[in-house]
Order: sequence, then C-alpha cells, then structure tokens
Amino acid sequence: MSSDLINRRSAKPHSSMFLRMLMRAAVLRRGRAASALLAMVVAAAVATAMLNLYVDVQAKLRKEFRNYGANIVVVGKDGQALPVDALTKVEAALAGHGLAVPFAYIVARTSDGQSVVVAGTDLDQVRKLDSWWSVTAWPNASQDALLGTRAAAVVSPQGKPFDLSFQERTIHLNPVGTLRTGASEDSRVYLSLQDFESWTGVQPSTIEIAASGSSEEVNVLIHQLSKSLPGADVRPIRQIMEGEARVLGKTRATLAAAAILIIATAALCVLSTLIGWVFDRRRDFAIMKALGASEGLISGFFAAEAAALGAVGALLGFGIGVAVAAWIGRVNFHSPVVPRFNVLPIVFVGSIAVALISAVLPIFLLRRVQPAMILRGE
Amino acid sequence: MFGRLVYESFRRQKRRKLLAGVAITLGVGVATAMIAVATDIGDKISRELRTYGANLIVTPQEDTLDVQIGGVDLKPPSDGAYLNEADLPKIKGMFWRNNIVGFAPMLPISVRVNSDAENLTLLGTYFSKRLTFGKEDFVTGVRVTHPWWKVRGAWPDDNSSDVLLGESLAEKLGRKPGDEIDIAGQTYRVAGILSTGGAEDNEIVASLALAQQILGKPGAVRRVYVSALTKPEDAFARRDPQTLRGAEYDRWYCSPYAASIAFQLQEAIPHSHAEQIRQIAQNEGTVLSRIKGLMLLVTLAALFASALAVSAAMATAIFERRTEVGLMKALGAGSVSVAALFFAEALLLALIGGVVGFAGGALLARQIGRSIFDSQITIDAVLFPVILAIAVIVTFAGSAMAIRRAVKFDPVYALRGEA
Repeated sequence: MSSDLINRRSAKPHSSMFLRMLMRAAVLRRGRAASALLAMVVAAAVATAMLNLYVDVQAKLRKEFRNYGANIVVVGKDGQALPVDALTKVEAALAGHGLAVPFAYIVARTSDGQSVVVAGTDLDQVRKLDSWWSVTAWPNASQDALLGTRAAAVVSPQGKPFDLSFQERTIHLNPVGTLRTGASEDSRVYLSLQDFESWTGVQPSTIEIAASGSSEEVNVLIHQLSKSLPGADVRPIRQIMEGEARVLGKTRATLAAAAILIIATAALCVLSTLIGWVFDRRRDFAIMKALGASEGLISGFFAAEAAALGAVGALLGFGIGVAVAAWIGRVNFHSPVVPRFNVLPIVFVGSIAVALISAVLPIFLLRRVQPAMILRGE
Repeated sequence: MFGRLVYESFRRQKRRKLLAGVAITLGVGVATAMIAVATDIGDKISRELRTYGANLIVTPQEDTLDVQIGGVDLKPPSDGAYLNEADLPKIKGMFWRNNIVGFAPMLPISVRVNSDAENLTLLGTYFSKRLTFGKEDFVTGVRVTHPWWKVRGAWPDDNSSDVLLGESLAEKLGRKPGDEIDIAGQTYRVAGILSTGGAEDNEIVASLALAQQILGKPGAVRRVYVSALTKPEDAFARRDPQTLRGAEYDRWYCSPYAASIAFQLQEAIPHSHAEQIRQIAQNEGTVLSRIKGLMLLVTLAALFASALAVSAAMATAIFERRTEVGLMKALGAGSVSVAALFFAEALLLALIGGVVGFAGGALLARQIGRSIFDSQITIDAVLFPVILAIAVIVTFAGSAMAIRRAVKFDPVYALRGEA
C-alpha cells in the first residue's frame, strides 16, 4: 500500500466514513429518501402556515374590527368644549396607530323654527372612521352640507339650498348628499369643521378615536390620554371593545384547535413515512451490525440521518408555509400574512424532534433482533 | 378464494392493518371535526357578534327629528310619537322569529331628582322580561340586547319599581346600591349601579312600566332595539322590495337579511319604521365572511394534511408487502387480481376507518363547540356519506401509486429480497 494512501486514511477519522454513509444513503435510495423528505416538507409547511396564521390573524381581524369605528371617545367634562390643543395631543399619543376625528355639535333652527342638530367635523377623516355610513355624495366645497335622511326631510325636502340659524347668525347651505346610518346621525346635518367654526364659533366637544392594537394597548392609551387631557373625560366604548374581544377570542381559540389537529395529523404523516423508511432498511442495519458496528454508532447514524432530514425539511417547509399563509391572507383578508420568523425555531425543533422519534422507534424495536435473521429475510 | 385472501391478510397482519387503520381513522376524524366546525362557525360567530348589541331599530313612523347630542335628548319629552307596547310581542310572530335573539323597548323621559332644578333622563326599558306570544314564552330585554351593560349591585325586577343609576350620576348624587332616591316626588330604591361606557352612565334606568307611569302614558314606547341573526348583505339584499316580483320577492322576504327582517318588523308593528343600525349590521357581514373564509381555508389545509397522512400510511403498508406480491405473481396471479386484492383491502380499511373516524370527529367537534362556544356543534347527517366517500377516494388515491409499483415489481427480485 502506498504511503500516501495510508497517510490519507489515517488523516481522515471515522467521521468521514460516517458522513459518506449519510450521503450515500440519501443518494442511492433517492426515491425513498425523497418521499420521506416530501412528507417532512409538507408537514413543516402546514405547521408553519398554521402557526403563522394563528399569530397574525389577530392583527388581521383587529383591522376588520376597526371598521366598527371608534373604540375610545374623548368628551369635554360637563359638556364643555375641549381645549384647543386636544386633537394635537391625541394625535401625538396615537402616533399613527389609529384615527382621531373631532366633532362639534350645536342645536340650530331652520327657517321655519324647527330644531335640528348640526355637527361640524373633519369629513375626510369621518369617511375613514365610519365606513358604514351610507352616503350618496360627500361634500367637498365650502358651505356644502351632508344631511341625515331624517334631517333632510325637515330642512330641505326638495333638495334645495336652505338656511340655518344659531344665536342670530345664519348660514346658507347647499345639500350635497344624504347620509343613512340607522342611528342618531340620521337626524343631523354635517358640515366641515371650517364652515362650522366660522359660523358658530363653537369648538369641538368630542373626539372619537379608533385606536388599533390589543385591548391592553388601548387601555394604556386611555390612561395616557386622561393624564394629558385633565379637562376631558376619556372613555372606552365598551360596546365595541367587548364585542371585539369576545369574537376575537373565540376565533383564536377555534383556530388554535384547528392548528393542533392539523399539526398532529401532519406529524402523524411524517411518523408513518419515516418509520416505514427506516424499517425498510433493516438490512443496512443488520449488515452494519454484522460488520461490528456498535449499537450507539448505528443509532447515531440513523438519528443523524433523521435530524438532517428534519432540518432540511423544516427549512424548505418553512418557506412554503410562509407562502401558503401569505396566500391565505391575500385571498381572505386582502393583505398578505407577514412571515413571522419567531415561528421558525418552533417548526425547526418540532420537525427534528418528530424525525428523531420516528427514526429511533424502529431502531429500538430492531435492536433485539439478530442480524442473521434480518439478513435471511425473516 | 379472494374473500379468504382478504380475510387472512387482516387476520395475520393485525399490527400493520391497525397502523394503516389508525392513520385513516385519525385523518377522517380530523377532517370531520374541521368540516363540522367550519360549516357551523358562521352560526356560532354570528351569535358572538350579537354581543355588539342590537342591529335593528324600530321607531314610530311619524317620529319627529331627534335632537340628541352625545346620547342626551334635548327634545321636550311630550314631543313625538310613540309605539304601543302591546304590539311588541308580535315580533315573535314574524317569519324570522327564531332569528330574533332579543329586543328591548326604550322610553326616555325627563325627570327631576331630589327636587333639583336640573332635569335628568330616566330611561324605561325591559331588563329581562318574560313575555308570551301565542303559546310561546320568552325572555327579553337589555340583558340580551345590550350585553356590555354591567351592574354593580343587582338588576331590578321588571315588575318592581327599583331603579338603576348610571355610574357617573351615582357618583354625582353620592348613591350606593340599596340607597333611596327621590324621583318626580316619589321615593324609589336604587337596586344597582349601571356602567355602560355610554350616555346611560348619566341616566336613571328603570322598568318600562315605571317610566310610562311617570310620563302618564301607559303603553308608550319611543323606540325598540332588536337584535337579530342576519345573513351578510349582498347585492340582492340591497334591492328595494317594492320593485321585486313574485318568486324574487319571496326569496328576498324569506332570506334573513337585515333589510328583510326590518321590513317584516315594520309589518308586525303597526305605524312603525324599522331600520338597520348600519354600524352593527354592515360590519357584522364583513367580519363574519372573513372568519368563515379563514376557517374554510384552514379546513382545506386540514383535509390536505389528513389526505397526505392516509396516503403515506397506505403507501408504507403496501411497500412492505413486496415479497407477498412476488409470491402471488410467481404462483400465477395477474396484475389485475393482485391490484384488486390491495384495493379491496384498502376499501375495507377506508370504510372501517371512515366510520370510526366520523364518530370520533363528531365527538371532537362537539368538544370544540362546548369548550369554545358553550354550545353544541351539530353534525349534519348528510356529512356521513360525504366523509365516507372522501375517505375511500383518498385511501384509493394514496394506495394507487404504491400498488402500481408493487405490481410492476419483478417477482424474482422481490422474492430474493432485493428491493
């Protein structure tokens, strides 16, 4: 034997043989290895998609729930107007995580002496906040008014321009559109805040806030607002907050149950495929044993193989699962589910654990069998 | 002979058959549970969404304009028209009566408390009143329609003259549950302190009869809040019933849209105008369809995962029996009869697994329903044949590839164990 071959062999310890066995096992039986890997990938993908959805669905649904409108209301104490800087303070506290819309109200008289509530507000913001308002046309010019359906029947039955007076001051308004909500808005006349203030000189008395985030975050915001606005009452709109918390909780719980069932099924699929795969190779196992491999080495070999399979499967599956979750988000919520990388370690460890269990279980069963029996095909 | 082969295969390979059977059972169970939950989730979430309160409001037809700011009525109390309380139980005689979760009449009146000059609002309503319509007994009131109202102390009885004080008002007046309060010259007991987060926090809430008595108008109701289970609005729902003819009108009338229930409320209560409260009614539809859509997609994922699990188990089970196939072929069996044997076994497994899995899945769905929604998830009997068919198809599809490979395998190699 040439000296360099001896050198080469002595330089490479067992580990290279170990690696070579792993590689060859994967390459030579690529059919079985591929089907095992496929099962692993699919299981990891399903698990990733479900976990991703579970984590993200709360944010997605919260966005839907914000369509219910404001969840916090700020009103001046005892019907007083709010301080002038109230809106800027509220907006600073919100920091972009929500909408704040000011409302000012007065009771005006029509030309024939009937009382009607007139509200001044930021109409562009209201449109975003109260998406359920059914409006025929939104005003955009000065002195344009939006009339609630019931108010319209009183102030301008034929849709003609009309006059309203408040404390001896009269304003001439064009009815542009009608508004239908089924609630008290139907009996009101809405104006832009500029028109309203120049006509009445009355400042907003109410700020409606649609704050996004969990109920804890909203409560923190309420606390913060009531500290920075001592002259105002900051109240959660319990109807909206409690309804949201309830529906969200139930949906999450259902989704969690579904995720557990689905992940368990996927794990079962991996388990049955891998057990079959390892069982199928009991000859390899027997030959190795017959050649004098220790039990530890064989277990280590199969375990390493399973771990590698689990790791590769988990990574590929994670990619696919994220794509599936994004697709579900797009189809159902019209915005993709953001990949959550904190799910990755869970999927990764879970996949390897399932793979290890399914590799070690058959080895444990085969250990008691004599290699000769297996080699004889019994 | 064929029957015996199948029988012996099951008798001798109990463990393998058990493994495949368990996989099918679990797969079918998960699929059944998920389908049952997904088909019922709309109904369940719809009920949960009722915690948002009433989605319909009934007002008198001839009503004058509300002069209301921040929930405080500025209109003189004598103004405006009223509905008749005696007409209200008719709501339970409507076509969609079973979709009416509850209703609460409201009668706000203006009263003086402790002979102060300031007028306060007293709201008369049902708390949890027992009513009868025909043979039907039912309980309705704000405790159903306004579930976010919380009371410290006790809810008053609808027949008593006890009142609730709004939280802010109670603080202002310094009253606790059990104290007495002087309203319009009479003394009443405060049963509890009400917290709603709305205008009622500054009001007195009493039974409807008490408000009518103080107002001096028996049977008067200003408005009725109705909480109904509705179907999300679609383009058809927005059609005007006046323009619909014949069958279309019937279809519109017999769909539980908010608009058609409002229409029927108007029919049931004379001289009334019913309208959907758009904030609640409109958003309900979107939230509901999102959650239903989500569960549908998740159910598809569950079906996919269980189909895969079943296929994997079947493929493994068949792959392990190559030698058997080799022996059969060596003894002269054709590919068709070998495949037929495997398919027959798969069919048997699928049927047994399907039945057991369906039962298990039904139990699982019930458990989910009970623990999450506190109500039963009913499983449609129609689902049984569907599930069984799916189980058979998936088992066959999962086995097909493996059977094809097993049948094609050269018996010589198979028998020599060179797989």
